[in-house]
Formats: sequence, structure tokens, C-alpha cells
Amino acid sequence: MELDPLLIARWQFGITTVYHFWMVPLTLGLGPIVALFQTMWVRTGKERYLRMTKFWGKLYLINFIMGVATGLVQEFQFGMAWSEYSRFVGDVFGAPLAMEGLLAFFFESVFLGLWIFGWDKLPKKIHLATLWIAVMGSVFSAFFIIVANSWMQHPVGVELVDGRPVMVDVWAVLTNNTALTAYAHTIFGALGVGGAFVLGIAWYQLWQRRKDGIDTVDATGRVIVGENPSIPSRDREDHAVWIRSLRIGAVVAVLAFGGVALTGDLQAKLMFDQQPMKMAAAEAACHDGSAFSLFAIGDLGARDCSQVVNVIEVPGLLSFLAHGDFDTEIKGVNTLVPEYQEKYGTVDANGNEINYVPIMAVTYWGFRLMITFGAMAAFAAVVALWLTRKGTVPASKWIMRLAIVGILAPFAANSAGWIFTEMGRQPFVVAPNPNPSGVDGVFMFTASAVSPGVTAGELLFSLISLGLVYGALMVVEIRLLVTYVRGGTASALPPADHSDKPDDTDKPDDVLAFAY
Amino acid sequence: MDTLPTIWFVAIAVLWIGYLLLEGFDLGVGMHMIFSTKNNVQRRVMLNSIGPVWDGNEVWLITAGAATFAAFPFWYASLFSTLYIPLTLVLLGLIFRAVAIEYRGKGATARWRRAWDLALGLGSLVSAFGIGAALALTTTGLPINENGDRVGGPFAWLNGYAILGGLAVVGFCLVHAAAFLGLKTEGSVRENARRFLVRWSPIALLPIVGWVLAVQFINGKTWTWALILVAVVAVVWAWFSARAGREGRAFTGIAVFLLFGASSIFASAFPNVLPSTLSPEFNLTVSNASSGDYTLGVMTVVAAFGLPLVFLYQGWTYWVFRKRVSETHIPDAHVVRAAVLTRES
Repeated sequence: MELDPLLIARWQFGITTVYHFWMVPLTLGLGPIVALFQTMWVRTGKERYLRMTKFWGKLYLINFIMGVATGLVQEFQFGMAWSEYSRFVGDVFGAPLAMEGLLAFFFESVFLGLWIFGWDKLPKKIHLATLWIAVMGSVFSAFFIIVANSWMQHPVGVELVDGRPVMVDVWAVLTNNTALTAYAHTIFGALGVGGAFVLGIAWYQLWQRRKDGIDTVDATGRVIVGENPSIPSRDREDHAVWIRSLRIGAVVAVLAFGGVALTGDLQAKLMFDQQPMKMAAAEAACHDGSAFSLFAIGDLGARDCSQVVNVIEVPGLLSFLAHGDFDTEIKGVNTLVPEYQEKYGTVDANGNEINYVPIMAVTYWGFRLMITFGAMAAFAAVVALWLTRKGTVPASKWIMRLAIVGILAPFAANSAGWIFTEMGRQPFVVAPNPNPSGVDGVFMFTASAVSPGVTAGELLFSLISLGLVYGALMVVEIRLLVTYVRGGTASALPPADHSDKPDDTDKPDDVLAFAY
Repeated sequence: MDTLPTIWFVAIAVLWIGYLLLEGFDLGVGMHMIFSTKNNVQRRVMLNSIGPVWDGNEVWLITAGAATFAAFPFWYASLFSTLYIPLTLVLLGLIFRAVAIEYRGKGATARWRRAWDLALGLGSLVSAFGIGAALALTTTGLPINENGDRVGGPFAWLNGYAILGGLAVVGFCLVHAAAFLGLKTEGSVRENARRFLVRWSPIALLPIVGWVLAVQFINGKTWTWALILVAVVAVVWAWFSARAGREGRAFTGIAVFLLFGASSIFASAFPNVLPSTLSPEFNLTVSNASSGDYTLGVMTVVAAFGLPLVFLYQGWTYWVFRKRVSETHIPDAHVVRAAVLTRES
């Protein structure tokens, strides 16, 4: 069998990117929450907030390092597997990547090192500032990456010179409307991940306290907080740690979903304008119309419209998503294909016919799964706020299990959204502007982007080796997270003295407040 | 005149030299952890000496890669696609290394520690070797055609220069790490590091000297000999300082050696960024591999603002963690116990 390098390169890119994008939203979402907890500790001096900072901070670090390790692959693989792409877009695409390194990632890495090892070495407020700077570094880092990605979705700020885009306006690239909405959407999506993560784990801890008989509930349903000195960290303060975490996590998740919905709506309107085929495929909208499909059957993978049957449709909703009214007709796939063929040709460099329709099963269900999982997580967070209003969680083992599994919902929503936005761009790696709102004529087919000199065997080697390593490390990360979660706050609290004094004594213990 | 591309050639040289100067010692510490000692406390002293700073050091690599992409997309595309296999190994090495540093102390069993020590040591070794090979080849040339694509299959890059460059960076990292450990630790680790430096540095630094001379003879200029001369003086001074137990001087000497030795390599290679071994017509140079002037101008503003800032706050990190680490500072391993009621069976 002849192996197709393009296919392997695409799988390799997809797998490494989606995997990286499991770590990143948790880093982006949990970071601000940990920083918030530490701020509360610095302001109030309450022990519970210190424990929250240490416990969630430990989980944050276990996850953070995986994001760092897998991020390197992202940067290298553009040149390794997609050299023609790199040559084509280098003038504009490399700039935000380099800005990420210089203006964001250096902050993130250097200040996180200061935060981890700076306990007791730096004055309290400066130590708090190191975490906020590291967290802001992550948030800025995401901005530059989204700017780079959004340029592929909607190229702006360039001119075509000898068939190659040359940057003429960096400000246009940095303030690309596609980038700004996608960025806000991604940050809110990440906060949803962070909120649900904190909620689910805190729920488990409160449930464990009830199961072990530490907390009880009186006749009116109010919780009676107890303690058990024989179990590490299960004292009265421990209850406050978890109920505060849970409710803050839930509020973050609910607010995040609000942000996700608002920015998602803005994105959809831009997408109808900038990438009409992507939205038509996401709707399995074959014919022009205004109805939004909730459920469709038929062979959505066939990449044409003859077999798609929309089962449930909401008239007018599609128009609303696209233009904010109920009766504008939206172009369907059957109308768009000839338009694309006229503008961008019918055959590729090898004489094969170009299929302008992305795989509809992926775009259609990717779009719906994203919304469904996101909404489920938000709904669960509202329910959690209601159920914990008296200070503890129900004793039900099943609700506890749901809360744990619920952690995965926003991860699934994020992954589905990412897959939707990337697969919906096919067959282009740099999407054109059919309704020119950017620079017309700047586009590149994915098939032309792959490295001409690289063999299928090499690509397969990296696909398999990275795949195996990623799989093994996922098991390790989850095992570590589980171990530290089961350990409660004691797992993250080595005995230490947290007085507010800079490092001026010569006690040997002052050198390492934290040690690997 | 290729003013902006030349500025960016220098900027990328600065980023690579910064990377070797900083991550050079933490890669080396990773290797020393499996080759120099079997004692767990000594290993933890070594690990904690780089603990607060290694991640910041690695960003120099990320920025060097991204800056190459932005300023010289054709160099980036040809180099990275040609070296597909070795760079995959570098990535695997860096992944294992990063995860090992963070996870090693998070489990309490000897088996857990052994596994991560191995991941850290071998990951560091493979990454250092691969990065050295890649850098050497970009100065001595790769079989690339007129489009900049590799001719000759997955292993067409494999030659003596690749191995020389790989050994050069591995050897340099081991020496640099020994100088660093001498400066940053106390007790037996410090003693061992000093002994290693005196005994092994003359041999471990031979490959990097070979690389410097090879590039000098292929494409050197008269004035680059001056850089080499400074490097030689610095390394001799470093060796005598190490023997005399002056660790600060030894570390400085090794750093100056790298600074001038690597500068001579970049200066000799200029204006080529990636020569072709097939035909000089296919050489990638600062003028035919670079981005447009507008992009380079934007990047210059960003770098002029960003780089000094990085120097400042990364320098501050080293100041905050300036004290030596010794075995008495290493707390007992933290064992995580489940916070649940244990049932009597």
C-alpha cells in the first residue's frame, strides 16, 4: 500500500494539536483561579486560602508542564512537516510566534519558576505578583497563537508579491476581527474548563467528608462541620477550603459560559461572512435557506449533499445566527461550490478535482457537540450552586461521580470546537476571502503545504513515536492528578513557615522552601 | 544593502548563543544526574540547582526557533524539514526531560525516581546531541535543491559534521554544567563537579574546538581568528581557575569561551544561513532567505523592547536564587497519603 504523506502529516498535526489543546485550556483556566486564591490569602491572611492556593497550585503545575512539553512540538512541526506552508506564510505567520516567545512565554516561564521556588524567599506581595505575571504571560501567549491561527482563517494585513503574501500592516494582523473574537471565545472556554475542574474535585472532597462521617447534616438540612484528627488535613478548616473552591469554581464556569455564548455568536456572524462554506458545512445546509438544523441523518461524510436529510429544523434561526434577523437567505453548499470553483479553480496542481466541501460529519457534529457539552457544563454548575447553598453536597455517590465526569464536558467542548474550526477550513490551509473582507487572493491548499522532501516513513515515525509518548504521559499525568487529589490539601502542604519576611537570615532551610 | 536581514542574523545568533549559555548547563546537569552519581540526595541537589531557572532557559530555544521562522522563513523551512528525524528525537528528548524535572519528586518510590532520572538524563543527552547536529549542519551545509528541499532521503543529513556538532554540544553541556554545579552547590556535589572540570574538560571540549576550526577553514575570515583567540585564552584561564578552586572564574571563563567560540562560528558562516552541499547556487543566505523589510522592521521594534526586558527579569531570577544548594537543604521526600478513612479489613 502506498502511504500518502499528506494524510499522515494531517493526522500527525491533528493529534499533536488536539492533545496540546487538552493541557492549554486547563492552564489558562486554572491559573487565574489559583492567582485569585492567593490574592485572597494575601488580603485576608486566612489559612483556608493558603491551602487552596497550594492545593490547586500543585494540580496546576502538574498540568502546566505537559502544556510546555507538547507546545514545542507545535512550533517545530510547521517547518518539519509543512515547509511549503512555512515558506508561503513566513513573512506574516512567524511574527506572532516570535512575539509570543519574546513578549509572553518568557514571562510565563521565568515568573512561574520564581513563584514555585519563591515561597518564603520573596516578600508576600511580590511573590503574589510573580504568579499574576506568569498567568498573564499564559493569557498573552494564547493571544499571539490565536492571532497566528486566525490569520490562516482570515488573512489580513498583507499584499501579494510574486504570489506570496508580504506583511504590510502588522496592526491589521494583531487586531484581525477573527482573532479578537476567537481569542475571547478561547479564553472563556478555558475558564469554563478551569471552573468545572475545581468544581468537580471540590465536590468529590466534600462528598468524601460526608462519607467518612466528618460532616453531618441536621434536620433543617444545614451542615454540621466536623473533623477527624486521624486523617491528614481533615479538620474544620478543610470544609471551608472545599466549599469555597466549589462555589467559586461554579461561578467561574457559569460566567465563562455566558462569555462563550456571546463571543460564539459574534464568531458565527463573522464566519458566515468570511468562511461561508465552513458554516454551510457545519449546518449541513445544502440548499439556500434560513432554517437551522438540530439533527440530521444520512451520509454526512460523503462531502456532497445528495444523502443529507435534516430531521429537525428550526426555521429562521440560521438567519438569526448569521445576520441577526429571521428571513435572510443563507447560501447553501450547492450554491457555494460553483462560486468557489469559479474563483479558486476546479483542479489542483496534480490535476485532481478539488472538493471544496469539508467533511460534513465532522463540521456538523463538531459544532453541535461543542455547544452541547458547553451548555451541559454550565447547567451542571448552576445545579451545583443550588445544591450546595446550605454548605455541603448531597451524600449521593452517583451525583459525585457525575461531578467528576462533568470535568470532562468542557474539555470535550473545547476539543470539538477546535476540530470544527480547523477541519472546517479544509481544503485550504490558508482560507481565502470569498466575500472579500480581507485580502482577496491570499490562500493555500492544504495539499500544497506539506514538505516536499519529507517521506511518508518519516512522518509515520513521528506520528507513532509522539502518539505513544503522548498516550503514556497522559496516563502518568492523570495518575498523578488523582494521587494528589486523593491526598487532599495535605498532599500539597509541606510544613513551612509563611511569615512575611524577605530572605535575610542564614538558616540552611532558607535556601529551598520548595524542593523537587 | 541587507541591513535588516544582517541585524536579524545577529539577533538569531544571540538567541542561539543565549540558549547554549543558559540551557547548556541545565541540559548538562540532567546528564550528570545519571552519569556522575547514584546517590539520590546528590541527584536532588543537582536537580534543585536548576529547578527555578530551567524552564526560562528553554524559552531561548522556542524564541530562537520562532524568530528564525519570522525573520528567515526559508531557512526555517529547509532546515527543519531536512532534519525531520533528528528533530523528532530532539522533541521527544525535550518532552521527557521537562516532564521528568516536574514529576520526579512527585512520587516516592525508588522505581519512579529511577525511571524519571533516566528520562531526564537521556532526554537531555538526545536533545543536546540533536541540537548540536542541527546547528553544525546549518553552518556546514545540507543537500538541498533549488527549492530548498532535501535530496537523498531521510538520512541524507547524516555525516561527520552532524556527529561532530552533536558531540560538541554534549561535551560543552557536560563541562558547562560542571562549572555551574561548582558555583551553585555545596559539599560533595561541588567537589565532584570541580574534579570533573579539571580532569575531563580538555577532552570534552575537543569536538566544539573541531567544529569551530572546521567552519573557520571552510568559510572563515581573517578577523574571526581574533574571536577564536579570545575563546582559547578564556578556556585556558577557566581550566587553571578550576584547578585553583576559583569557581566563579571557571564558570565565567567557560561562558566567555562559548560566547566567542560560537560567535566565530556564526561570523564565519555569514552571509550563508544554510549552504547547499549540492551547489553553491542553492545556498540560503541572509538576503535570499529572509522576510520582507516591513516584517523585519516590526520584529526589530519588538526585539528592541522585549530582549532587554528578558535580560533584566531573567537576571533578577538568578539573583533571587543566588545561594548555593547543599545536601542539608534537601527536605525529606514528601509522601502523599490519601485523605480518606482507611478501612480495617
